[in-house]
Amino acid sequence: MNKQKIFLEKIIIFAMVIITYLIIAAVGYIVFDIVLKGMPHISLGFLTQFPRKSGAEGGILPAIVGTFCLVTVTILIALPLGMAAAVYLTEYSRQGRFMNTIRLAIITLAGVPSIVFGLFGLGLFVIFLGFGTSILAGSLTLACMILPTIIVASEEALKAVPKSLREGSLALGATKWQTIYKNVLPYSISGMITGSILGVGRAAGETAPILLTAAAFFLPKMPKSIFDQVMALPYHLYVLATQHPDITAVRPKQYATALVLLLLVLGINSGAVILRLHYRKKCRW
Amino acid sequence: MNNPFNEDFTDKTVKVCAKNMNFYYGKTKVLFDINMQVYAKQVTGLIGPSGCGKSTFLRSINRMNDIIEGAKIEGQILIDGKDIYKSATDVVQLRKKVGMVFQKSNPFPKSIFDNVAYGPRIHGSSNKRTLSEIVEKSLIRAGLWEEVKDRLDTSAIDLSGGQQQRLCIARALAVDPEILLMDEPASALDPRSTARIEDLIGELRKDYTILIVTHNMQQAARVSDFTAFFYEGNLVEYGRTKQIFTNPAEKQTEDYITGRFG
Repeated sequence: MNKQKIFLEKIIIFAMVIITYLIIAAVGYIVFDIVLKGMPHISLGFLTQFPRKSGAEGGILPAIVGTFCLVTVTILIALPLGMAAAVYLTEYSRQGRFMNTIRLAIITLAGVPSIVFGLFGLGLFVIFLGFGTSILAGSLTLACMILPTIIVASEEALKAVPKSLREGSLALGATKWQTIYKNVLPYSISGMITGSILGVGRAAGETAPILLTAAAFFLPKMPKSIFDQVMALPYHLYVLATQHPDITAVRPKQYATALVLLLLVLGINSGAVILRLHYRKKCRW
Repeated sequence: MNNPFNEDFTDKTVKVCAKNMNFYYGKTKVLFDINMQVYAKQVTGLIGPSGCGKSTFLRSINRMNDIIEGAKIEGQILIDGKDIYKSATDVVQLRKKVGMVFQKSNPFPKSIFDNVAYGPRIHGSSNKRTLSEIVEKSLIRAGLWEEVKDRLDTSAIDLSGGQQQRLCIARALAVDPEILLMDEPASALDPRSTARIEDLIGELRKDYTILIVTHNMQQAARVSDFTAFFYEGNLVEYGRTKQIFTNPAEKQTEDYITGRFG
């Protein structure tokens, strides 16, 4: 009886170990496959040239620039909005039905499929507000999508600041805003930013939200303002892999594009991790 | 309440006065009809078992209870004869006048200088010389200057527990308060640091009206001129410390200070 139990337990533990390794293997295989097949096709020319012959030749420079523009404008829009919302929710709002409604809305927003965000962006920003298919419309759409991530990350960062620091400041006669501005935000801003970057990394790799709001498959020139259409890495990859007249011929380009996108997202995320480690050392109380 | 005062206090200025004060957290009543006069430039100790309402009473004097959801006060608290719970009261000015030191030292994760200069800065001082003078004066008053004068720009978090608490006192003094509220300021400190804080209170009482909550009977007996004993939300007895500790009028007070409960 006892032996059976021990045996069963061993099997369960073994199964869990296997599953864990499977996850690592899956990630490893994807990365390995992309690096192996994409690496040989990445060259200076690929990174610095415009695509030619519908992407069959040349590089992906405008797509890199386009994704960079989208990410930057998205950060500029979503970060202040998300941080302001988090400050209101954690510092000012009182618990109640209204608050529960706001929380429900944030959770719902996080669960909306990205193509729905795309359609929403098309309706509101592209058509109704008349921004057209542009960086601005695309970034606003992406911003809506990553707002929940930023709000939640910022709230966590604010909650991590001990109550005693707020009380200490208030007891000296500081107003609530002075307390937040001088004695809460300085200690939480790094956490807010690093948490938010993870959301930004996701925005950089999304296709659906920009499909209808910002992206073009081919443009002969670089964007000049935020009202211009852009090429973007995920969309470029999507078209090469599914819409191109000769999909097998452009396979190397697909892999190379995927690798660049992967490195970009990986770079953004590891930036967040490094920032966090750096500030964790600095911030103690 | 039995008034044990046999002497006449008309020569003493009343600094803080609670009149028929009741206090609630939500529906729970935690203070019952408190009437108490705190005298200027005296140290008043608040004693009583945990949860008796002494900290709540202390925190209602600088309206720190305002930030707790559901907190409600009835009656009056007068400072220099003015009701601080009137809607016209400027809470910022009130808290500038009524400084507070907390149970757990809470230095800000800034430099020692910036900690002490925090108060003056939010009240509008930006002149570097003025700030330096205030910081030096406050640290001297708090008995910390000699230990930190060469490292004012280092983080306050690196100070020892006792030093941190004296820094918090210096920080409170920097906004030039008239009243100091101390909520068990030495309960987390070792005996030597505690002794330093007590000596400091002895010096500060010349210039400030001090209210101190303490769980330590000996401490209350050592540092305070007046002692108030709270029990289950009632002010059971209030009088000269000497009298409370040697000849209490109430049985409950005697039981508590002799350690029979609490």
